[in-house]
Amino acid sequence: MKRLFALAGAILLAAAPLKAEDTVTDFVLDNGMQVVVIEDHRAPVVTHMVWYRAGSADEPAGSSGIAHFLEHLLFKGTKTLEPGEFSATVAANGGRDNAFTSYDYTAYFQRVAADRLELMMQMESDRMVNLQLGEAEILTERDVIIEERNQRTENSPGALMREQLNAAQYLNHRYGVPIIGWRHEMVNLSLEDALSFYETYYAPNNAVLVVAGDVEPDAVLELANTYYGKIPPNPELEPRARSQEPPQTSARRMVFEDPRVAQPYVTRSYLAPERDPGNQETAAALTILAEVLGGGTTSVLTEKLQFEQQVAVYTGAWYRGTSLDDTTFDLTIVPSQGVSLQDAEDAMDAAIAEFLEEGVDRDHLERIKMQLRASQIYARDSVDSLANRYGAALTSGLTISDVQAWPDILQAVTEDDIISAAKQVFNRKTSVTGWLKAPENVEVSQ
Amino acid sequence: MIRFLSAILVIVFALPVQAGVEIKEVTSPGGIKAWLVEEPSIPFVALEVRFKGGASLDAPGKRGATNLMVGLLEEGAGDLDSQGFAEATEALAAQFSYDVGDDTLSVSARFLTENRDAAVQLLRSSIVEPRFDPQAVERVRAQVLASIRSSEKDPDEIASRSFDALAFGEHPYGSQYAGTQESVAALTREDIIAAHDGAMARDRLFVSAVGDITAEELGFLLDDLLGELPAEGAKMPVQAELMLKGGTTVVEFDTPQSVALFGHEGIDRHDDDFFAAYVLNVILGGGGFESRLMEEVRVKRGLTYGVYSYLAPKDHAALYIGSVSSANDRISEAVDVIRSEWAHIAKDGVTEEELAKAKALLTGAYPLRFDGNGSIARIMVGMQMDDLPIDYIETRNDKVNAVTLEDVNRVASELLRPEDLHFVIVGKPEGV
Repeated sequence: MKRLFALAGAILLAAAPLKAEDTVTDFVLDNGMQVVVIEDHRAPVVTHMVWYRAGSADEPAGSSGIAHFLEHLLFKGTKTLEPGEFSATVAANGGRDNAFTSYDYTAYFQRVAADRLELMMQMESDRMVNLQLGEAEILTERDVIIEERNQRTENSPGALMREQLNAAQYLNHRYGVPIIGWRHEMVNLSLEDALSFYETYYAPNNAVLVVAGDVEPDAVLELANTYYGKIPPNPELEPRARSQEPPQTSARRMVFEDPRVAQPYVTRSYLAPERDPGNQETAAALTILAEVLGGGTTSVLTEKLQFEQQVAVYTGAWYRGTSLDDTTFDLTIVPSQGVSLQDAEDAMDAAIAEFLEEGVDRDHLERIKMQLRASQIYARDSVDSLANRYGAALTSGLTISDVQAWPDILQAVTEDDIISAAKQVFNRKTSVTGWLKAPENVEVSQ
Repeated sequence: MIRFLSAILVIVFALPVQAGVEIKEVTSPGGIKAWLVEEPSIPFVALEVRFKGGASLDAPGKRGATNLMVGLLEEGAGDLDSQGFAEATEALAAQFSYDVGDDTLSVSARFLTENRDAAVQLLRSSIVEPRFDPQAVERVRAQVLASIRSSEKDPDEIASRSFDALAFGEHPYGSQYAGTQESVAALTREDIIAAHDGAMARDRLFVSAVGDITAEELGFLLDDLLGELPAEGAKMPVQAELMLKGGTTVVEFDTPQSVALFGHEGIDRHDDDFFAAYVLNVILGGGGFESRLMEEVRVKRGLTYGVYSYLAPKDHAALYIGSVSSANDRISEAVDVIRSEWAHIAKDGVTEEELAKAKALLTGAYPLRFDGNGSIARIMVGMQMDDLPIDYIETRNDKVNAVTLEDVNRVASELLRPEDLHFVIVGKPEGV
């Protein structure tokens, strides 16, 4: 049974299409804007996305949440578009639009009939530089993002604990600050904060255009030159250099108690290297390690903790390799009824220690690689997921050739690579362990 | 084995949103029907199988049996135990998923052309000969119980549970299909086998396929995959009586943001006014940022991150429902705004301009749904379950465009009944 726990979702192991070179074309405009075109001519539909190399980890100290707040404000109008007119125009053309913010990027997209691409480019290029905001809109929309935080975080003990875990994981890097922002800073975010972030980061030389669907690369290039090509680059854009982590020298532990917790669990994160340009081998080994440990019924943790010892109702392992700076490798165990959090944590650690001794099962690795190869076929059915893959990679420090080399690098991972990456990453000194539980009932009735 | 190609009946219809693509109605030699779009450009097939009835077929006192049974389909079948089944699936890189809801049991599969026969055999065994091994039953039961425990302290889940109970009482719609801790703890292996026999039968079966497969190949696949299922399953659930009355129910729960579900009676999928109601809902609360509720509650007042309304034409009852969440000190204002917008649109209707915008959104967005093998297969199986004709895709936008302002406003005045709206609010709402 797969979908019982939505604690952290499954890791996506999908890779680039079977013959990436057949469907992907890329350009760079004179002003530095990168363009990626992914062709899929099965349906007369296109996804148009602009990704900025600016996310919450690029925010100035003290205004956490401004990247995400600005994302909301980009729907509030420009010199030529009324507030709300952007989305209304997309809807009037039968399309849908939205945006999302992460640590390393902010992205805007529309999905429309392929013959409306030009209108999307016209409007998206307009709001890259012509945003016009009023004080009243700022205040109302700030209430909206606070309600968004209420919904995503304040109403969820698991999400509240994850914030605390991340903050403890990163001693000096902005990945320790939540994407949506700390509440006490969100309530003071101002028009000036938003405009300052906008003026610094929203420029063609800090953006990636991804167009995916029923389009021809030459036609996309021509339109991109017409609409985005005329926008001057921001010459003051600095290279992305965030404050980095010092050596982490002590294991951190926390107990997060909340009366709303019905199902306690243990989660552990370790600092881990990310995919770097031209150097993705360790990340590839960690990607497969997460599958070996936590990828479903035949995985090591499931086998040992759910089938053999029966101490867990659920176990999981995750690794998010697409990241500009150091990322994390995460483990989770949800204990069976009657098993304490300490016993669950001990069992998880013992299972990992055993795994490091026993090594990787060759047949299991072969099955994982078969699934990875197949995922390249299945991925061709979803041009949007391909678009997301390129956008996220190119705004997280990777190049197109890194994205296209990734499937082969995954296939080349050996049993020894996986064990050696595991030994490198599973270092308690760089780890944070969290227990999520309800408070003990101190009022014992007589 | 000699196969008789002539026994496969194929009827072809055009699918206009994708030039050159057509839906075929395939009937297998054994009489199983399926809708097919052949799409050989990517070497895999997306297959969707549905059984009507779903979790509402749970026998009295056996709440959660169908859900637990569905969770066990991939936990051992034929010669394979749970891990053996998972290993075999992984080795073929096939993807199977099994799901259940109030009205429907779903099996979704994707498998590669290169090992299609082996993948179909594996899928077949999970559908027709699941093992329900005692160890697997206990393991999955513990997972279901853990998820039920979690849902008891989740404000969204508490709201659904309270709303459903108020609306439908003792009918299966009135309780959660996962069951309660007590009902799931009491289920036996015999209950699970009975749930399988009752829910997965050929008299309630719908199938669609899209991908690298011909009509002939699909015809034989259907018999291999599903031919051994029993011809008849359990008696279908009875019509549900909607017991909801206007008002507000507060469920106290200590959390910063209140979650509200609201609704009253809806409209049947086959009602002549369904399209007018559908267009009306886009304008009221179903059209994302362009809806009136979103404009009034979020954009103008910043009271929520999201507010939505939906037509919910279930198989045995029809609801018109919505949801919103706001901080405890702001939820009462959100509720007031929703009530007043509901009344406003019931009394004054919508404008010609709003209608035109809603039609543009609906008709323009429709072709965008047909954007992959998996999505086309899901649409086609849904059409069959809704008893829509195979040429529906061709006529659907015409039906939207045929809706007049008079239709929408008449339906608004009949369907929207602000005095009947019931709000269930979970949290510590102030001033409600």
